[in-house]
Amino acid sequence: MFRILQLTVLMLSASLAFAQSVSRDEIRGLDDQIQDAKQDVIELTAELVQLEEKLLFPSNTQAAFFVSLPKESSFDLEAVEVKLNNEVVAHHLYTFRELEALRKGGVQKIYTANVQSGNHPLEVSFLGKSASGRELRATASHTVEKRVGPKFVEIEIAGEQSAISFKDW
Amino acid sequence: MVDRQVSATAVKKRAAGVLLRPLVGLVMPALLVAPWGVAKDRNEEALKDLFFGASMFEAHQERYFDAIVGLDTELDQYRRLDEPELDPFSAHFGQAQFSVGDLELSYRMHHEAGRAIEAVLKGNVPQPVKNEAAYRLAKIHYHKQQPRNALHALEMIEGRVPERVRPEEQFLRARVFMELGRFEEAVSLLRDLKGESRLEGFIEYNLGIALLKAGDAERGVAELTALGKRRSGDPAQQALSDKTNLLLGSYLMEAGELERARPYFDRVQLEGPFSNRALLGAGWVEARAGRYDRALVPWKLLQARQATNEAVQESMLAVPFAYGKLDVHSTAAVNYGFALDKFGREIDTLTASIISIREGKFLEALRRKEADQVKNWVVTLRDIPGAPETHYLLDLMASNDYQEFLRNYRDLNDLFERNESWLESLTAYEDLISLRRNYYEPLLPGLDQKFRQLDARIRMRMEERDKFAARIEQMLVTRRPEYLGRSEELESLEELRQLRARTRNQVVGEDSLRRLERLEGVLQFRLATEYDARLTEAYKRLQQLNVEIEKLQTVYQSYVRSRQAATHSYTGYDDTIRNVRARLQQSQDRLDMLMARQGKMLETLAIDELERRRAQLENYQIKARFALADSYDRANELQEQREDQRKVEALQKAAEIVIEDGGAEVAPEPESSTAPADGDPLPQQNPPELGVPAEGASAQEVEQ
Repeated sequence: MFRILQLTVLMLSASLAFAQSVSRDEIRGLDDQIQDAKQDVIELTAELVQLEEKLLFPSNTQAAFFVSLPKESSFDLEAVEVKLNNEVVAHHLYTFRELEALRKGGVQKIYTANVQSGNHPLEVSFLGKSASGRELRATASHTVEKRVGPKFVEIEIAGEQSAISFKDW
Repeated sequence: MVDRQVSATAVKKRAAGVLLRPLVGLVMPALLVAPWGVAKDRNEEALKDLFFGASMFEAHQERYFDAIVGLDTELDQYRRLDEPELDPFSAHFGQAQFSVGDLELSYRMHHEAGRAIEAVLKGNVPQPVKNEAAYRLAKIHYHKQQPRNALHALEMIEGRVPERVRPEEQFLRARVFMELGRFEEAVSLLRDLKGESRLEGFIEYNLGIALLKAGDAERGVAELTALGKRRSGDPAQQALSDKTNLLLGSYLMEAGELERARPYFDRVQLEGPFSNRALLGAGWVEARAGRYDRALVPWKLLQARQATNEAVQESMLAVPFAYGKLDVHSTAAVNYGFALDKFGREIDTLTASIISIREGKFLEALRRKEADQVKNWVVTLRDIPGAPETHYLLDLMASNDYQEFLRNYRDLNDLFERNESWLESLTAYEDLISLRRNYYEPLLPGLDQKFRQLDARIRMRMEERDKFAARIEQMLVTRRPEYLGRSEELESLEELRQLRARTRNQVVGEDSLRRLERLEGVLQFRLATEYDARLTEAYKRLQQLNVEIEKLQTVYQSYVRSRQAATHSYTGYDDTIRNVRARLQQSQDRLDMLMARQGKMLETLAIDELERRRAQLENYQIKARFALADSYDRANELQEQREDQRKVEALQKAAEIVIEDGGAEVAPEPESSTAPADGDPLPQQNPPELGVPAEGASAQEVEQ
């Protein structure tokens, strides 16, 4: 008759509700195995990523480009285009989550190239909105000086202040 | 009854996702507490390592797998360095270690997370870092429903934990105490925490529960009442208020305090995830108080809602039950009939859903990519052709364990797909290696031969340069003018020397001899006087030569590296690829097996739930059938009684007329407009028995 009482009790101990058909031990055992499998795949993937890098982007020709935003930036980055040696090599439209990740200090690896030693012109353009909703766009150039080792370039997009700045790593 | 506590994130997560999930979603003690709260705080320092930033980019998007792979790789490389302190990653090393633990926890790898944190605890790190690690370890144990271990971890904390996690640590400690039945200690901690904005609502809720469990019912109810009265635009906070009111209403109803219970049910918002249960509870409070007409108001409202809901289905029986109690048996019969129709349809849906799950459609739907992108995807699953009716599974799916199973299943599927993609990539890499080999192998022998010739010339030139450099070095110490003579000067000197030697054997004139000596003297004088200028000139030329030699060496090194790179681009991969392929295939078999087991578990639980609901509906069906028959009987009985009454009244009236008329004609029996001709007690939509008071009460309730 007063099922609401039973329901409430049931609700409050819901996690135990299906213990009859699947035992706790079974759940725990499977969970342990899943965790082990995850660890295996993580290790395997790390190896494969390194193999891939070695094979596709050897250090003597590797040049990687990273996009970042200044900390606590209120600027809404919408799109970035990267030209290397006067060719468009990357074009990225940002999702909300990506933008948030950049704002929290994350750095996006936008493009990895294979280039010969020497100088290479780099041109970066962005499109975005200021906190007040004003559309912002800018383009900046940089010379990538590729030497024997791998080359990493950080592209910081500040929006209104200094627009785009480059940092060689 | 009041049994478990609630965590802030559990509510937030659910409110953000499937808000229509019922109470269970809010009660579970989930501890997947936003791990990035801590990592984010640490991000104050400037970035020193781009790859660490790249891993954080993945982590902040909750792409845990990629973030863990990135950080693991960085940590592994860092640990293998001879002088790791010189590497820029050292600035992020501590944070990376913590972040990996956090990420592993978020990726439901509690063992790894625990191991990582225990490593920090055993390491030579400052006490505040150890304290934070102990707090995190306690979180893991609490999440794994091991409160004793959680308390043990919390006891490892010496002094204070860092300020940014202090309230969370205290809150966790209080919940651990509650799990262990130490309610007084929990009350004390929670009282101190009151006012902490990040945990607003959750502290009060747990404090109320702890007070109730500690036996201080009055204060517990007062605490929860205050929380229940709060109104918020934040769905999570509002859901917490509703949950509190529902809980208190149920608690007071169970305690028999019916008058006090009703307002709590009324406070639950009508469209929230707890509204159905609140309406059902409100009805039962009135029904228990014998006010069936008032019970009908919430129940009728509930009856019109989503027919798959358990409370709605119960209301389908409760409404005619109340009508029956009000002696409106014909309306009760109509409602029982309506309930029977509904139950029949829902039983068919449930049967079809069970078949669909057994055919694998449920797991197929869970594996779809849309599940990640669509809000309330659990509900939208039902729109996929052949998929089961997921409305019946919402409660089950909102439960902590089932959520874990679902995530694990989807994680396994994701890992399987990743491995599959790597296997395809490996095939592509082999093609690439083969193309490189076919290109370079015929080319390299010719190149090597040319290179060897060039190499010999280069070496010769290098030796010459070294010789010049050595001479100049020597001349800086010992004056050697002859080293700086021009070839014609040196030839002339030699010629003069030979002529002088020849004069020893021949008779020549004094003049000729002097002339030879003078010429030699002139040349010697020139060499001696121009020595410094010539040495400087030679030094400058050596510098120019060094520049050229350096260029030559750069080209040489570049060639050597390119040559090595060409070889390395296709050699030495075969064994590695063979090895990783074998491991990937092994991993696929393992994942496949685990997916099958986890999937089976999900299916079994879903089928159990659907079967439980079907059995419940079948039970309701039986009850409804009996109640329907009973209602007909009672309606019939009542109608007959009324008929009899009417007849009696007619006879009495006729008798009175006869008496008044002094034995005149007896009046004919009046025809009843409502009585059926064949005596069949048909149910009536608007029976006269409903009466004004009940309708009036309903109207008032609705207005309220």
